Amino acid sequence: MSRTFVGMPVFPPPTHPAFPEAARDAVHNHTLRSNLRHATHTIRAKRARAVAELSDWDRLREAGRLIKDHTLRHLDRYLVQLEESVTAAGGTVHWAVDAAEANRIVAELVKATGESEVVKVKSMATQEIGLNEALLEEGIRAYETDLAELIVQLGNDRPSHILVPAIHRNRGEIRDIFRTEMGAWGRPAPDGLTDTPAELAEAARLHLREKFLRAKVGISGANFMVAETGTLVVVESEGNGRMCLTLPETLISVVGIEKTVPTWQDLEVFLQTLPRSSTAERMNPYTSMWTGTTDEDGPRAFHLVLLDNGRTDALADQVGRQALRCIRCSACLNVCPVYERAGGHAYGSVYPGPIGAILSPQLRGTASEIDASLPYASSLCGACYEVCPVAIDIPEVLVHLRERVVEGGVAVRQGNKVVLKPAKGHAAERAAMRAARWAFSHPGALRTGQRLASRTRRLHPRTLPGPGRAWSATRDLPAAPAEPFRDWWQRTRGGKDGAK
Amino acid sequence: MSSRERILGRVRRALADVPPDDTPYEQVVRRDYLREHGERTVEQTVELLAENLADYRAVVHRCTEAELPSLVARLLADRKAGSVLVPSGLEAGWLAQADVSRVADRTESTPDDLDRVDSVVTACAVAIAETGTIVLDGGPDQGRRRISLVPDHHICVVRVPQQVVASVPQALERLAPARPLTWISGPSATSDIELDRVEGVHGPRTLEVLLVN
Ligand code: SF4
Repeated sequence: MSRTFVGMPVFPPPTHPAFPEAARDAVHNHTLRSNLRHATHTIRAKRARAVAELSDWDRLREAGRLIKDHTLRHLDRYLVQLEESVTAAGGTVHWAVDAAEANRIVAELVKATGESEVVKVKSMATQEIGLNEALLEEGIRAYETDLAELIVQLGNDRPSHILVPAIHRNRGEIRDIFRTEMGAWGRPAPDGLTDTPAELAEAARLHLREKFLRAKVGISGANFMVAETGTLVVVESEGNGRMCLTLPETLISVVGIEKTVPTWQDLEVFLQTLPRSSTAERMNPYTSMWTGTTDEDGPRAFHLVLLDNGRTDALADQVGRQALRCIRCSACLNVCPVYERAGGHAYGSVYPGPIGAILSPQLRGTASEIDASLPYASSLCGACYEVCPVAIDIPEVLVHLRERVVEGGVAVRQGNKVVLKPAKGHAAERAAMRAARWAFSHPGALRTGQRLASRTRRLHPRTLPGPGRAWSATRDLPAAPAEPFRDWWQRTRGGKDGAK
Repeated sequence: MSSRERILGRVRRALADVPPDDTPYEQVVRRDYLREHGERTVEQTVELLAENLADYRAVVHRCTEAELPSLVARLLADRKAGSVLVPSGLEAGWLAQADVSRVADRTESTPDDLDRVDSVVTACAVAIAETGTIVLDGGPDQGRRRISLVPDHHICVVRVPQQVVASVPQALERLAPARPLTWISGPSATSDIELDRVEGVHGPRTLEVLLVN
């Protein structure tokens, strides 16, 4: 059996370096590694405590899975119902097939208000479509208002974690960014700003407040959209979301179609599982819910832009579609041994970590080097599946996508069926893949192997019995101790390093 | 073809492999999770609320209806608040002893006007013990969403035990989705800088919850 199997495919230097190269850079960045380690370990432990408080966690998780699966299965019906409800409540619904269309719609809506600046609350969907850049080309400045997003925006940087996007910056770096950059964007940082978190937060408060108070247009995403009532939900901590959702005269929300849930009652599941999985709190400080517009309270105009941008392609994939259940809690990032070592930027996408490894290649296809290498950015340890509040079997999807990269096959891209060619440089992996498929077609064999491994982590099994052997032979286990990434890399690539 | 038709068409084609299934939604999701966690008396539920509010750094006070006006007056005086926002339907008695100028919650006020007000006093729609959450639904005694957002000091009155529920599922049953809802669990906070929790970024930095019997 090829020992290179779980290693990364080898590619020529691409525009965004493929995951292996990007990860190698990250691993050599000491600040990044120690910040990431501290952050992921802290959140991990807190999450476990928050989850343990609910004795019915497994049932909530199962309900979440069923609600999302049912919605996806009838997504056409629920989208139409959502549109009716939002419209009846005074909102306007727009449909965007791809990023370009969504950006165009938003830019036109902003222009129609006569404004040239907007305030934004952190939203993965608008990052995914590159909305800020698109608006800038139209002469519209978008201000990020989430503290971490502000740090990222002022630092001309990219987010590296779903929940704490500036996790790769330490306090000294943040102070320097504030000192040098704030002035160009608005109110400058106070004189003598130190690097204590409280002072930095205060500087951000003052800087952003003047923007909130004068903003006429707000842009958001949403965590949930309720088809039955037309209600949108935004879950946040800082209050910048409330500012953007209530002070402006016009609110534009750009939301992926998969964020739909059928009923109001469904929120009782996710409002329990999301905060505990993400910030590890019983409840996040602020949750806003709005249904269309309300007379004399909040924005007078509300626009909902429903975004496809590859989601229906993912929906067409029988194995991969489960990724659309994701509620973006980021729990899978915090437990992932690969993420912890590589950091978020290596994933070359707004969706980092295990979820990014299965979502980006589905939303964008596997044509580029980074997207083709993402399904390999995992040791298949299964920890992500264990913590996922909607039970997405990330290892299963990873293996499926690896097979897609290696063997090619039928897929849907931009709504059309296409036959993908096998990626080059994969002959050895292809052979391994065929064996792996055997494991998958024999119920439970592989999965048992994987789950077994993650449950008996303490025992550090080096190999698994039966068909699982092919996998475990080259697998790194999550609790595997202080092995430097370099060594891990060398080992899992089976000495193919010279081929880069 | 419109984008709407295109997306809906793609969804339908993507699901072509899924056999039709008309099982009613109620039967699809077995809601066998708990309606509340643990068994508590009414008073224990209120205590849990107080505990969880405090755990997320809200300042909790308990008092009787008769003590409320003097408590509100004292809290405003302690903050040296010169002005307070007052929702149109707030019980008049609550502010009876407060020596501050009252600012009405009006459509015409600009965000800058609100920014000059020191404090706000509101009631709430429901409070959730298990999570330490108060929910505002824009009722007459709570006012527009922005008045509990812009001032730096929020005093929120919860009538106990009537307005207290144990859990999130119970709270949703009581709330009307058509109203604008704000769920508040402690003052605004961020952990964006090295995961150090800092209270108070954009919302009120001080949240005082008055549990009134
Ligand atoms: S895949 Fe699961 S664990 Fe990861 S972000 Fe999505 S919901 Fe959370």
